[in-house]
Order: sequence, then C-alpha cells, then structure tokens
Amino acid sequence: MMRVAVLIKQVPDTDRVRMDETSGTLVRDGAGTVPNLLDLHALSALETWFPDPSALLVTAVSMGPASAETTLREALALGAREAVLLCDRAFAGADTWATAVTLGAALERLGPFDLVLCGEKATDGETGQVGPELAVLLGIPFATRVQEASFGDGRVLVTRQLEDGPEQVELPLPCLLTVTAAVAPLALPTLAGKRTARRAAVTRLDAAALRLDPTTVGLAGSLTRVVGLERPVLRRDTRVFPPGQSAAGVDAFLDACAHLGLIPGPSEEP
Amino acid sequence: MRFLVLGEFTDTGPREATLELALAAARLAGDPLACAVLHLGETADPGWRLPVPLVTVTHPALARFEAGLFARVLAACVGTLDPDAVLASATTTGRAVLPAAAALLRCGLTADCTDLALDPEAGGLLQIRPAFGGSVVATIASSVRPRMATVRPRSFPCPAGWLATGSVRRLTLPADVFDPRGVVVTQSAACARAEEEVADFAGLETAEVVIAGGRGLRRAAGFDLLRTLAARLGGRVAASRGAVEAGWIGHEHQVGLSGRVVSPRLYVAVGISGAVQHLAGMRTAGTVVAINRDPRAPIMQAADLALVGDAWELVPRILERLERAGRFP
Repeated sequence: MMRVAVLIKQVPDTDRVRMDETSGTLVRDGAGTVPNLLDLHALSALETWFPDPSALLVTAVSMGPASAETTLREALALGAREAVLLCDRAFAGADTWATAVTLGAALERLGPFDLVLCGEKATDGETGQVGPELAVLLGIPFATRVQEASFGDGRVLVTRQLEDGPEQVELPLPCLLTVTAAVAPLALPTLAGKRTARRAAVTRLDAAALRLDPTTVGLAGSLTRVVGLERPVLRRDTRVFPPGQSAAGVDAFLDACAHLGLIPGPSEEP
Repeated sequence: MRFLVLGEFTDTGPREATLELALAAARLAGDPLACAVLHLGETADPGWRLPVPLVTVTHPALARFEAGLFARVLAACVGTLDPDAVLASATTTGRAVLPAAAALLRCGLTADCTDLALDPEAGGLLQIRPAFGGSVVATIASSVRPRMATVRPRSFPCPAGWLATGSVRRLTLPADVFDPRGVVVTQSAACARAEEEVADFAGLETAEVVIAGGRGLRRAAGFDLLRTLAARLGGRVAASRGAVEAGWIGHEHQVGLSGRVVSPRLYVAVGISGAVQHLAGMRTAGTVVAINRDPRAPIMQAADLALVGDAWELVPRILERLERAGRFP
C-alpha cells in the first residue's frame, strides 16, 4: 500500500471576482472560495498513475479556516480516503515558510508518506514556494512543474517543463512533486464519491495537536512581512479603433512594432 | 549591501534575465563590485566574463541542473560568501532552487518580484511584487539575513552594451555538498532541445513578444494565424484559459492565474475578453494590443491599442502589411 499526501489549498474563486472599474482592484466580496485547481489536478493524476485505487491510501491535507472543510470534501469525492484540516487561529497570516513548517509537522505526524503532491502554485498567492520548502523540511527530494510521471521499483521518473524544453528526472521515493495542469485532466466526482465525501469525517488538528509552538507558525513564525500595499494606477491610455477605422488601427499596430524595433520603421503606406 | 545572484547561462554566456538582474542589483548597491553572479557548472572557467564579479563552483555533478542539488550548493555558497541578499530570476529554475535554498538557510523568500528597493531606514532589501492577481502591489521585507527573492524576467532593462571586465573567483566547497542523494537527471532540457524540436511554448515567460489567442478565434485554426504573426515578430504563442479548455492549444500556453505570468515588451491579445484571471498574467507587459469584436471587453481597457473587429479579418491584414514592411534588419 502506497501512502500519498495531497496538499489542497482553499482559494478565492477567481472566476467570480469582479474588477472595480475605477480603482482597478479585485472585488472579492461574495466571490466565494474553491479548491486550488492545480491541487485537484494533482489528485486527478493519481488515477492516471495508479489505475488500481486499492493500492493507494490518499490523505488530503489543507491548512486553512474551518470553511476549508468544503474543499477537503471535494477532495474526498475525488478519491482521497482521508482528509485532515490544519486549523488554528495561530496558523493565520502565515508566509510560505510558516505554511511549510505547519504542513511539515502535520505530514510527520500523519505519515510516513511515500509521495507528497500539490499544484505548482496556488492561484491566490502565486508563489509556488511551499512545495520545495516543505520538501527540504521533510528531508526528501522534489521536482516542480511535473507534467508526466511513471512509478516503479521505489522510484519515479518525471518529465518537467523548463523554459528550454522538457527535462526528465528520476527521484527515489519518498519525494514531493508539484504538478502543472498538463499532468491530468480534472477528474469528475462520482455519485458514490460524493456520498462517501458527505459521510466521511474530516480530522482537525490544531497547533497543540501538532506540538507546534504558536510563535513558530502563522504571522508570528513568518520570515517575511508585508510592509506596504499600493494600488497601482491603471495607466494605459487606450487608443480605440472602431471597425470603421481599422486601417488606422493596423497602422498604429505597425508603428508600435517599429517603435519596439521589431520591424523596420516607421511604417509607410506605399 | 552585497548581492549574490544565482546565474542562468547558455553555452555562450549569461542569459539576459541574469544580466538585467545582476546589473539592477549592482545599481541598487551603487557599486558594480557589490553584486556577484554565481555560476554552477562542470567546467572551471566558462571562458567569458560579466560586467560584475563571477563566482564559479565546479563539480561533475553540476553538469545537469537538479533543483535540490543546486539549492544545497547555493546554500553552501551563501554560508561562505555571506551576502546581504540572494536573488534569482523568477524562471522555472530560479523558482525551484530558491525556495529550497531559503528553507535550508531558514530565510524568508519573496516570489516573482517586479521591483527591488532599499529600505531608507533599516537599509535592508525591500521586495516589491504584485499581489491578488496584480490588483495591489505589496512591498515585502524579510526579518532575517540574507534577504531572498526571485525577480520576474524583464523587470529591469537589459543594457545592450556592457563591458566584460568582472573578475572570476573560484569557490571550493566540501565534497559532500555535491551528493545527488539518489536523484538522477536522465535528460536535461538542453539535451532535449538538441534532440527534438523546441516546443513552441519554450521561452514563453522570457519572450519579448507574446501573441495570445482566446475563444474569439472561434476555432483551433485561429492559432495558425497567430503562429504566423508570432514567427513574423519573433514572438511566442500563448492562450487564454478559454482557448485551452476548448482544446485548441495545450495547457503550457496558458497565461493567467492558473497558467504562466508573462512580461513581454509587446503583448497582443486576439479574441481574449480579458477576465481578471487572464489580466493577472500579463499586467506588467510593455505595450498591449487587443483585437476583439466587443469594444466593451475588459481587455480593451487594459490595452494601449484596442482594435475593434474580428481576428480573422484584422490579423491577415496585419500580416499582409508586415510582409510589405519587409524583414528586419
């Protein structure tokens, strides 16, 4: 039996946030929350990699407020066998380091795991740092941006996408992989899965249960701090070319290309 | 203020992202000697110089990039060189190595910064990055030294001419630092590049020109038009989530919150409405051109030039004009 931990973050629903047209800021009120899609891709990849579900024991782990239980129930509906919510006021305001410390303590308490999976990044923070930081804390190797994996003989061969092209890396288990959306299409929950998810218990662990000193987690344990927030001004001075002026629009496009040195310029109508 | 920049290189020299970052850090420090670039590789002397000092670490195990190993070597270099700040480009490489190195060093790390500054009072490094999909810009400080950050390529200008007058220093580290711990890179990206055709999304994050398409293209063949335009302007092809979900193009082309963040000098959005989650991925682009049938689409307000019309009519007209404009140079 292979034990897999899948890390799932609850994030704001970016499909439903609106942009305030005057200030250019996101209006999050009423947008609701969803599981971070890339984390669900990681969960979905397990079905592709291990066709026999009985060979796996998948534990979904999330750090977040009590409402993140909904996100964990979605993971249960998609095949996770256990769900654990790391929930404590002391965890709030964590940077990626303090998040990795908390997740690391949880995985050590719940494990050992043969494999730790998560999305390449979360759509709210967009750092992609928690995975590698957690791997270091657990003392296991890692690979980021994985899009293919094949397992055998206590090792995994992964293909990851770099700017220059694909790279293949072989890692010993246990290891941590962060995945892109290309790893597997999102699985759909089955009726049976949804039923199981409704009935299943979600375990809750707080700082005391994880034997974590509250000063080492959350905002208090963070090594970075936001010291200023600015709302950027929407500074583009848009020139609009309606359908009747498309010739002028094409001219303006060529002028812009010439100005950037992409084509000889300035554009001239022969 | 002394900086150490994790360098990224091709066979012939530094990548632009490394140069622009090193020169920006040297400018910030007010001293070209205050920013060293780290070269990890299998050859002792790469054979070229930089405008800033180069520190080389040489070992056969460094022939191929492996994030965990490079992180352990970087952490060991930080231990020896004791810089005030450690920077890397926010490329796939930098964003894999720096978090692991930061965890080894127990240092704070800020991802994907678009600017850096010095704290006028404490003198430490301030890391500036967009947050919440780019709707706010956060200034972040670390409480421990060295301060660490990855910086989005093209955040700083890359000077065209520079003098390769920097020194080279070879750093020797204990042998156990190079233990690969069972991880084997069986095919490096550079080898793959030599062996097969370069994927057309390769280099998207660092591309100077990005031509992106959305559902407004109406069918997969629309991307053929965009590929022609991209080839003509020396750019890469990207897509909105809508076009990816329609199956017209692969996930790796997706720009936005669940895809890639790009910051090209020219971004052309064709048939993309400009949902918040897409705008977050291209907000820091230089010039933005939008082509859309709907004048009220959000992308039109986020653009410098907004051409109202159909992609299938306007893109061929642009291609025809580009053909007449001739090749450059």
